[in-house]
Amino acid sequence: MGKFIRLKKGFTINLKGKAAPKVVETDQPETFVIKPTDFFGLYMPKVVVNVGDTVKAGSPLFHDKKYENILFTAPVSGEVVEVKRGEKRKLLEIKILADKKVEFEVFKKYSVSEINNLGAAEIKDQLLQSGIWPSLVQRPFGVVADPATSPKAIHISAFDTHPLAPDYSILFKGQDQFFQVGVDVLKKLTSGIVHVNTHASSEISTVFSQVKSADVNKFSGPHPAGCVGVQIHHIDPINKGDVVWTINPLGVIQIGKLFLNGVYDTSRVVAVVGSEVKNPQYYKTYTGASVKKFIEGNLNQDHVRVISGNPLTGTSIGKDGHIGFFDHQVSVLPEGDYYEFLGWITPSAKKISFHRALGLLSFLSPASERVADTNTHGEPRAFVQTGVFEQVTPMDVLPTHLLKSILAEDIDEMEALGIYEVIEEDLALCEFVDVSKHKVQEILREGLDLVQQS
Amino acid sequence: MKFLRNQLDKVKHQFEKGGKLEKYFYAYEAMDTFLFAPNTTNEVKGSQIRDAIDLKRLMMTVIIAMVPCLLFGIYNVGHQHFLAIGDAGATLGQKIGVGLWQVLPIVVVSYAVGLGIEFVFAIIRKHPVNEGFLVTGMLIPLVMPPDIPLWQVGVATAFAVIIGKEAFGGTGMNVVNVALTARAFLYFAYPTDISGDVWTYLGDAQVVAGFSGATPLSVAGDASTNGNNVIAALNSFGTGWNEGVFTLQNMFLGFRPGSIGETSTLMCLIGGLILIATGTGSWKIIVSVFGGAYAMGLLLNLVGSTPYTQLPAYYHLVIGGLAFGAVFMATDPVTAAQTETGKWVYGLLIGMFTVLIRNFNPAYPEGIMLAILFMNVFAPLIDYVVVSANKKRRLQRATV
Repeated sequence: MGKFIRLKKGFTINLKGKAAPKVVETDQPETFVIKPTDFFGLYMPKVVVNVGDTVKAGSPLFHDKKYENILFTAPVSGEVVEVKRGEKRKLLEIKILADKKVEFEVFKKYSVSEINNLGAAEIKDQLLQSGIWPSLVQRPFGVVADPATSPKAIHISAFDTHPLAPDYSILFKGQDQFFQVGVDVLKKLTSGIVHVNTHASSEISTVFSQVKSADVNKFSGPHPAGCVGVQIHHIDPINKGDVVWTINPLGVIQIGKLFLNGVYDTSRVVAVVGSEVKNPQYYKTYTGASVKKFIEGNLNQDHVRVISGNPLTGTSIGKDGHIGFFDHQVSVLPEGDYYEFLGWITPSAKKISFHRALGLLSFLSPASERVADTNTHGEPRAFVQTGVFEQVTPMDVLPTHLLKSILAEDIDEMEALGIYEVIEEDLALCEFVDVSKHKVQEILREGLDLVQQS
Repeated sequence: MKFLRNQLDKVKHQFEKGGKLEKYFYAYEAMDTFLFAPNTTNEVKGSQIRDAIDLKRLMMTVIIAMVPCLLFGIYNVGHQHFLAIGDAGATLGQKIGVGLWQVLPIVVVSYAVGLGIEFVFAIIRKHPVNEGFLVTGMLIPLVMPPDIPLWQVGVATAFAVIIGKEAFGGTGMNVVNVALTARAFLYFAYPTDISGDVWTYLGDAQVVAGFSGATPLSVAGDASTNGNNVIAALNSFGTGWNEGVFTLQNMFLGFRPGSIGETSTLMCLIGGLILIATGTGSWKIIVSVFGGAYAMGLLLNLVGSTPYTQLPAYYHLVIGGLAFGAVFMATDPVTAAQTETGKWVYGLLIGMFTVLIRNFNPAYPEGIMLAILFMNVFAPLIDYVVVSANKKRRLQRATV
């Protein structure tokens, strides 16, 4: 039985450049990458391919030294053209020059009835071999799930409330059967419930509404209602010692395809959005695609920041960067490296703000779409204003106190204040609204690292 | 603007690392960021966009909220001056003139001393100049008596900024309200200069017959000690030279002697509305201070035996500096309780203590200053209890 949860707190950032509801099929990008930095909880990735090797979609590229059985595999077939390393030889990305037509590694195929009789061990093996496993994210900490554990529940957020977020009913259109099989498979990995969390106010795609063997919960309210951490908090909160897994719908669908068709099919739809994109719309591609093809000739101006992911939690990747493993959105925003005369006091209805302080007039017309640039709009300061983080955090968590306990490196305090319940995206709005411009997400990750090491 | 920007860019390198004036970087930065919002962009990872608000704007909003009090204060200083010297025919211009002559130097001294110290500390400690003093620098003059010697304003400001704030690590780290520290410093260091006839600026002029510089709180206290009806004493005060100065209506409007900015409850409420509407001040604190004072007034009505305790509870809301304290002092986010539940408790106790002190401590006729300072110190304890409750809920959830 699903729950209906109404959230009041939060703030939906209404930006210009939302994707038009059409999916375009263009020439595929030439290169695709897998970035170990997209995954948390890895100890040291060990590369198993060399430059010049040819790989198929699903061929292993690297595995971690801590979990040797979790394979990270190629999203497309082609030739490995670069193994990029950074400081101290840290592995940054493995780049594949894609074939014109994707060839797949062959995995075992099952019929629906066979799937119903599968055991957890067999399922795990198949997921680990294929490279889908890293889609499973473990809470606490937001790390790659540990295959040796069994989570108390698995949560799937079936909507996205981030700024400029794509519409999941377009992203996953027609994938009903694969999603259902994916849920059936996941159900075997947990002793608890598989939760599919949908948005109450928009029309729910049949992919999610018709799903069986899972609880379909409904959420209403502004961002971060779509963040799975917030949803878990209200459905079945994480306590010390609990393990919960989360996975996005794409991962579930990929699992379905893996078991029904025997392939690791990373084909996906991404939204290319933002005020600086001429034609914001959806594109069909594969995981780890280069953004070049999507934005070349499609920008309003040149001085932009290209972000893999959404403007709240994303990563700046540059105009020839590649989309991250978990991202289904590329946001292009104007770069904000300009001075503004008396910018700290001039009134403006254009600049988006959660606040209503002197001259911040965006609250008067929340429905109109605004352009946001990457300027910090101020300098870092000590914590001064209070009560604001709480207004954008629809959880029984005290963000300011949690952050302060992290800055003080007090692990007991972090645990007591609920660090197990949050990862970066859950508190990203705090970073946005912060008067004192703290790097909330970075601080939180430091805290999560500290707790894991202890 | 381009010209100004170019000039700044031209000298900037001298203040940067390795430059001739490297030591003064943060002084330069303060000027630069005052003129131009900086060109810094967000990190590669994390929030790529940021809210348009910053601390400067937040502080400026609070200053705007104080403007009604300041303007009215300037007028009222002149108004009271002419009443006290028996010149009822003075024009509005004359009153404002006298008010400006008296108030502006106090504002200038407060800002000059405070910002000077801020800059020195910023340079020595190598941290950015914080905007907190923009508000403090305006709050200090508003809680000064109009007759205060300027050197005392300077000394009090210096004490407040150095001991009250910088000793704790600067803006955001202080335990007690900086402006109130200045006021309390004067109160205890120069008691004779901040009591008696200081609430009206007299200058060299001869006072009118029957003039008294008493405040409504001391009138009320005295009446109570002598067993007289407090309201009658307040209403009859000023007969002959400032008729009806302490009637309820007049005290609400603020045409009475007192600290420069605190006399008008109405102006404080306008400021309070600005703070609440802009979300810069916690409405919970403002409401609960008034609520606490009113509740304590009612309670004393029930159990009290002196004429003061029989004063209708609503009198406490307009008399003295309660409104100013509730709106501008108690809401200081750094020194108030930081949890939302804590804010209710914090405000409520400030209101209650204020009325308690007024009633039972003849040495301090005005309780709001001490009540806020007292609760500043206790705010972390309130937060501790609230945070512990949060932790307990989490723990209980795990064991069920």
